Amino acid sequence: MTSPLDLYPISENAPDQAVSASGMPLADLTLDAVISERIGAEDIRISAGVLRLQASIARDAGRDRLALNLERAADLVSVPQDLILDTYEMLRPGRIPEAQLLKERAELLRREYGAHTIAALIDEAVAVYERRNLFRRRY
Amino acid sequence: MTSPPRWRRFDEWDTRPLRHDRFAAEDPEAGFATFHSPWDPAPSARVENGRVVEIDGKPEADFDILDSFIAAHHLDLDVIDEAMAMDSGEVARMLVDINVPRERLERLARGMTPAKLTSVVSHLSSLEITFAYSKMRQRRTPGNQAHVTNAKDDPLQLAADAAVAVALGFDEIETTMRVASNSWANAVACAVGASVGRGGVLFQCSIEEAEELRIGMAGFTSYAETVSVYGTEAAFVDGDDTPWSKAFLTAAYASRGIKARCTSGASSELLMGFHEHQSVLYLEARCLCLQRAMGVQGTQNGGIDGAPLTVSMAGGMRELMAENLIAVWLGLECASGNDTRVSESEIRVGAKITPFLMAGSDLLCSGMGSIRKYDNSFNPSLFNGEDVEDFLALQRDLEADGGLTPIEESNIRELRMQAIKALAAVFQELGLAEVPEAWMLSVAAASGSLDTETFSTGEVTRISEAIRDRGLTAVDVVRALHKRGFGREAENLLLMLRQRISGDYLQTSAILRDGKVISALNDPNDYRGPGSGYRMSEARWEAVRGVRDVQTREKVLESERRLDPTSEPWLIPGGEAGKGTDPREVVIGLSPAFGNELTQTTAGHDLIDVVLALTDGVSEGGGVPRLVRIRHTADTSFLGLTAARLSGSGYAIGIQAKGTAVIHRADRLPHMNIELFSNAPITTLDHYRAMGRNAALHALGRAPEPVIVPTEGQALGARYHVRVAMLYAIETGLVVPDAPPLDVAFAIGQGGLRP
Repeated sequence: MTSPLDLYPISENAPDQAVSASGMPLADLTLDAVISERIGAEDIRISAGVLRLQASIARDAGRDRLALNLERAADLVSVPQDLILDTYEMLRPGRIPEAQLLKERAELLRREYGAHTIAALIDEAVAVYERRNLFRRRY
Repeated sequence: MTSPPRWRRFDEWDTRPLRHDRFAAEDPEAGFATFHSPWDPAPSARVENGRVVEIDGKPEADFDILDSFIAAHHLDLDVIDEAMAMDSGEVARMLVDINVPRERLERLARGMTPAKLTSVVSHLSSLEITFAYSKMRQRRTPGNQAHVTNAKDDPLQLAADAAVAVALGFDEIETTMRVASNSWANAVACAVGASVGRGGVLFQCSIEEAEELRIGMAGFTSYAETVSVYGTEAAFVDGDDTPWSKAFLTAAYASRGIKARCTSGASSELLMGFHEHQSVLYLEARCLCLQRAMGVQGTQNGGIDGAPLTVSMAGGMRELMAENLIAVWLGLECASGNDTRVSESEIRVGAKITPFLMAGSDLLCSGMGSIRKYDNSFNPSLFNGEDVEDFLALQRDLEADGGLTPIEESNIRELRMQAIKALAAVFQELGLAEVPEAWMLSVAAASGSLDTETFSTGEVTRISEAIRDRGLTAVDVVRALHKRGFGREAENLLLMLRQRISGDYLQTSAILRDGKVISALNDPNDYRGPGSGYRMSEARWEAVRGVRDVQTREKVLESERRLDPTSEPWLIPGGEAGKGTDPREVVIGLSPAFGNELTQTTAGHDLIDVVLALTDGVSEGGGVPRLVRIRHTADTSFLGLTAARLSGSGYAIGIQAKGTAVIHRADRLPHMNIELFSNAPITTLDHYRAMGRNAALHALGRAPEPVIVPTEGQALGARYHVRVAMLYAIETGLVVPDAPPLDVAFAIGQGGLRP
């Protein structure tokens, strides 16, 4: 059995596994396809599957922290842009007055998008923010 | 007696560019400490029940946001006890030991606290840090990054300059704006410009995070490095983030297929006023542990905005290198600073970059200004458009790959115009703007935005808002390029979209070369001593050494050896020269190639004029000149001495074709001449005339003042020795051992001489 690292770079060694968020294989992203207007925004987006594959490659290369980050990224693929930006804003210091809103956001991401790793990151933040008194408005 | 005068050298030093630089005293309490402050903690770590309960002397209850994140995500419980127990000096020696593999050291770093990492690198000298960096950096092949911006946010100039940056070999291009709302126009312009030529360049538009993410989503950009982190809690919060918000943002970029790196660097906490009296290296070590903990693939560090403040401190440049070393030791890609211009002194600038050229780096500069200084919207870089050729020369000097490639003037003309036309076509095709030809020509020729006739900043804003509001994406631009006949550019831009789907460039230290991703995974730094690690291929070295205007023998001889085959010889050889009897006689001994193969001095004087100046001078001084061709030597001293032994007065002049001349006397040792003009490139005809006069005065028993050829300290060797060496080879090639000197008739002009 080949190890994940052998698949890297997947654009060369495993192009069939490079599938965009819309499910389109890399091989179909050609100039002809672009010109004939068959390519939409979802076709040029990375997929959660590819991110998880890259995570396993990173782990195989001895880079487990990067792998965790790529797995968190995979959890965010299906989360809409506005929700991502709003969550980022909530995580900034002093944006929300109390922990509850952030806890609810973690729960929402877990429930609606299966973003467990992201939710865990937020829960961890909540505990530290409370201890360090970061739930106080800065403006 | 009055007080001693001020030495005027100080007045001169006062006017040197260096005197603009400020040097700060060590003052740890005020945060001015490089490697160590009394407020820095001693390294320590304690694990209880599977969790880290103490870092660098601080118990868990007192952990701030950085400690908490580092404890939870950086420190590896399997390594921590072993790594923390090791002697720092011993680990420092391992860092410079070619027999200790990089992987073994990276494992140890995963168990080290910020204070421990700081204490280890503090043992290393600048040289050792450089060496350790070359061993520990992540990707084998070095690279570089360019800033492409301009003071007008002019998209036409951005496109042309992006194309030039790509041609120069930069692997990444970073842009930003004077006016934030111009970001979309900047992004489209650089993306189109970067697709001209070889393509395959990572591109970033630096702006507020939400907007940057949107531009990335639209497919125009491929990386981000604005994810700043800071070394104290107060600075972090003041910077409006926490480790968790940044970790979230990093994941958000990756979720959109965008490569990200963090930014941190010495003295940022000092600039922000929250340094907690701790050394800049210790604070930066905290930042770097945090970055590894967040799982970001790399960092932009080595001072960055705080670099000038850091190098104001003693040992500041060493500190910047030390923090780069910690970054790569932690397994991070390192865009190693060399970004903000840290000094007005070009000597300090050159010294700053040299260790990185020797060691190599994932990206030597985390933004070299490929544009003029005044056009850099980030602020001037260490190297700028003005200095690019100096950087290319340094690569060639050190036989070091700094990631750049010399460019050919003729190619660049075509390239700039192609980039401008491509962008103009895209703008027209997408109904964004019409570009008059006069603007295209103006921008193609312009070195910087002061020279351009182009869009007003307000017009750029209108274009930028239209791109954003209409939701245009890179796919629309690919289509427009193709429709308007820019097929290669369309393919290059599409290549970047394809790479985004595979996510290959999300791995550590990834760049694109020849359309393919190379990173620390498939191109790992494998340095293990001489003969290992990165070496330039023969093809790469040929490209690197091919700087502009390299002198070849053919080129030099073509310009110097101006032989007109139809012209009459003006020095007519006669019989073997005998010893003269006239006590007023001054023999002028001409070198073998003088006036036949070679016709001018290195100062550019025609040798006919030189002979006239010498002979006229001899006559003015009351002497009688006689010309002799010397054939057995081309050396000035022996030319002079040989001529002197033939001279009736015992005095003579010896002269080489390149213009080096000497007054000699028959009874002297070969190298004990009377007067010497050794700097032919700055010797004038008046000097030769004066030399002739002095030789005659010596012959008459007088003691004239020697002729001094004043030098302004030009580096004459640098300017002339390539030519001199090639020309002198012609002289020596004509030497005939034992051939006796011949009398020579001067067959031209009023001063013609016959023996």
